[in-house]
Amino acid sequence: MPQVEDTDPDPDPGETTQAVFTLNYPRIQIPFEITLWVLLASFAKIGFHVYHKITVWVPESCLLISIGLIVGGIMHSLHEKPPAVLTSNAFFLYMLPPIVLDSGYFMPTRPFFENFGTVLWFAVVGTLWNSIGIGISLFAICQIEVFGVQDITLQENFLFASIISAVEPVAVLTVFEDISVHEQLYIVVFGECLFNDAVTVVLYNLFNHVAALEVVEAGDVFLDIGRFFVVGLGGTIFGALFGFVTAFTTRFTGKVREIEPLIIFLYSYLAYLIAELFAISSIMAIVICALTMKYYVEENVSQRSCTTIRHVIKMVGSVSETLIFFFLGVVTITTEHEWNWGYILFALLFALLWRGLGILVLTQIINPFRTIPFNFKDQFGLAYGGLRGAVSFALAFTLPDNIGRKDLFITGTIVVIIFTVFIQGITIRPLLKLMNVRKTNRNQETINDEIHKRLMEHTVAGIEDLCGQWSHYYWKDKFMKFNNRILRKILIRDNHPESSIVALYKKLELQNAMEVLDQMSGDISAAPSLISLHEERKNASKSRKKFLSSDVTNMHELLSKNMYKIRHRTVSYTNKHTLPDDITAREILMRRHTSLRRSLRAGSFHGTNAAKMSQKYFSLPMGRSLNSRFPPRRLVHAGDGDIESEINYSSIRHPQRVSSKAVMPLRPLNTLKEVASSVNTVDGQNEEQRGCRRSHLGSNVSRSGHLTSHLPHGSSRNCSDGDHDAWVEEPQNNSDVQHPLMRRPHWLPQKPHDK
Amino acid sequence: MGLEQNEVSLEQIAILHNRFKQLSQNEETLRRDDLKTIQDLESNPIRYQIIEAFFDRRNFQKDGVGSVEEIGFEEFLTVMSYFRAPAHHITEEQREEIRRAKLRFLFNMHDTDNDGTITLEEYRHVVEELLSRSGALGRETAKGIADAAMLEVASISVGPMAPDEFYEGITFEHFLKILKGIEIETRMHIRFLNMDTAVFCKQHSV
Repeated sequence: MPQVEDTDPDPDPGETTQAVFTLNYPRIQIPFEITLWVLLASFAKIGFHVYHKITVWVPESCLLISIGLIVGGIMHSLHEKPPAVLTSNAFFLYMLPPIVLDSGYFMPTRPFFENFGTVLWFAVVGTLWNSIGIGISLFAICQIEVFGVQDITLQENFLFASIISAVEPVAVLTVFEDISVHEQLYIVVFGECLFNDAVTVVLYNLFNHVAALEVVEAGDVFLDIGRFFVVGLGGTIFGALFGFVTAFTTRFTGKVREIEPLIIFLYSYLAYLIAELFAISSIMAIVICALTMKYYVEENVSQRSCTTIRHVIKMVGSVSETLIFFFLGVVTITTEHEWNWGYILFALLFALLWRGLGILVLTQIINPFRTIPFNFKDQFGLAYGGLRGAVSFALAFTLPDNIGRKDLFITGTIVVIIFTVFIQGITIRPLLKLMNVRKTNRNQETINDEIHKRLMEHTVAGIEDLCGQWSHYYWKDKFMKFNNRILRKILIRDNHPESSIVALYKKLELQNAMEVLDQMSGDISAAPSLISLHEERKNASKSRKKFLSSDVTNMHELLSKNMYKIRHRTVSYTNKHTLPDDITAREILMRRHTSLRRSLRAGSFHGTNAAKMSQKYFSLPMGRSLNSRFPPRRLVHAGDGDIESEINYSSIRHPQRVSSKAVMPLRPLNTLKEVASSVNTVDGQNEEQRGCRRSHLGSNVSRSGHLTSHLPHGSSRNCSDGDHDAWVEEPQNNSDVQHPLMRRPHWLPQKPHDK
Repeated sequence: MGLEQNEVSLEQIAILHNRFKQLSQNEETLRRDDLKTIQDLESNPIRYQIIEAFFDRRNFQKDGVGSVEEIGFEEFLTVMSYFRAPAHHITEEQREEIRRAKLRFLFNMHDTDNDGTITLEEYRHVVEELLSRSGALGRETAKGIADAAMLEVASISVGPMAPDEFYEGITFEHFLKILKGIEIETRMHIRFLNMDTAVFCKQHSV
């Protein structure tokens, strides 16, 4: 839209000063340039992934720096200056928080706490070791006259050393994930990088302050050390406080779901800023805040908000990181460098040396305390994976001008970063592969895994109590009790005490549901409503009102088009049940494990052999007897939507059939205990049905889509007498439509026990 | 006394002996009731299984059967030695052996009727116990979870099954298979049984 600039208060059409088209650049300059830079960086990122091979071999940070170098080259030749965005304030207040929040939020909590000691050890002691070691060695080098850098004081050396000891995880973690190193290594590197940012910044401020002083007293030193601890702990406590406050706030946001993500971000940022205000470690504050609040917040907010939060955090974090690397490249070309062969090369050498040494020594000390000690390969991975990156660069760039050799430091930092990122970043992957670092044995977590993990924990805790010994399980146990009794009640809105087993179970269900929906070709109108339905953990009546029959129809159609099912005879595990014609026929649909995707695409819908199919649905027909009158059939529907509906949707209409409306998605487990629906018309007989809910989906529910499985409840109810097979009853919990499909492993038939 | 890899040091034996004396009120043998009086154990969902494990002959030696009413210090120590962390420098075979032994312990905890398989009922029982502390979860939920878990085991160990087949129960081999992914060393050992670290002794008032 042409912007007419009104230079003349009285517009005079005759005058030529008034233009029809003008450009008012200065007005939009700043936001415009920022947008362009971010866009450019994003294009670069998109571009890298065009060729998958590139990102496999070359870490993204390398590529970004290269692009930055190119752009810098262009700018330099045009004699342009790079945008002055990288000021101290801009970095510390705007660019660093998202990066750190990203790391903190996505830190896997359980392994983190299990390895907490190790992480802290490497982060704090390791960084101190590095900084002091490098600082002292460089100071020694400075004394040598040949290099001509005698003017650099000890404090300044320490400052520089602390800058180049900050390790950057991004590139390394991607590599680690790709080659699936074992969890311990991953979490230690991750945690170390996170906390060492905090330590580095603290040291940086410390040495900065100290460097400005002419004379350093011993008292000052002790004060500084004390300050160091205050800063660290203060940040932690602060963060935890904010985390709890956030969690508490989200308890009340039930009615205003839209602003939930905003609250999370605001509080995190606030934690950061206020920590900056008091000059305590803001990085620690924001990280601990994210860690503490994540657990409670994710229970309080809706699914959509949860996704939004995660996405936004990832997005902003990655943008920030990208920009910094990009600028690194640009600045490399465009700044005035001060080069000093000796100093810089020795700095590089010492950086690598001290890190390697540090890891070696520290591991030796901490290994006895670890249950899984680090072997040499792990140590190599740790040491070699110490790439420097964004934080180092920013810290160097924002050094105050009163440091004499600022340019030298910047050059030195850039050299170290580029060396580590390019050389180490590119070679670490083949090296680790070659060395065959211990791989993770963390497959997809099954319910069995979770149950047994829990079992073992309890066993060990019990045995400990028995022999009167303490260990970390004791503390964990105590904390969990405290958590359940007090914290959860305060901070979580609907406090259904939940064990991790159940949580995992629900998560698996939901994942499958989402997976299924992702597969839906075309019609995704059902998806949002499904998600929103999941949010309602309300009682039956409410959700029934919100549950539109058109949604249901859509969902049915979608599901029916994309699922196939097999009839299968299932067998109850245990005892008797009443006679077949009374209750039996319930439709059960079970789906077998592994990817729906594969099965769908392969189009291998012809289920002759269950083995070939990765998906199976086992369903019981309605109203049939258990015997071989209904032989196992496999029905396959390959997308034509004509699902044979044996489900009778209206239980009302057919009194003797039990409503197997496996129509709608499952409810979350913990609401099962809620009162059974009132639609329980038909079989007044059964007290066994008290756990079930009938879905009263209304008569306009189409008959075509009818999937879902439910919890195999009450399978004990279904044994037929005298028959070695029995149908298993699966009650439906359909009123709250929540998960379209539950993934089930293969349903096991088993001989029922005799009475 | 126990398997060779699971030896405990003299110091630890002394500590355990003290504890044994304390629990058994200075008698020679320990009974179930003595263990039931431990306060902290009250809040443990699987306390009965744990207590039972001490009296289960299968844990004493390889082919024991059934359970006993009272145990002496030797049996106490044998059971405790299951929770010893493996030493740093052992061969793969030994590590595997230890892993098997620990898993066998767990298996015995499940398999209460001693028939060599974990049936659905037994599994359900365990899951119910585990979830009983979470409060307010119905039995149906626990059943559901147990069923799903059984199905997983079947699908992993036996593979796809024809409609006529039955799955009897989890045998020890299947049990091993399904728990292949879990790191046993970290989870099933008690710190104080490590020779290197210090011991915190808590005096229980029994």
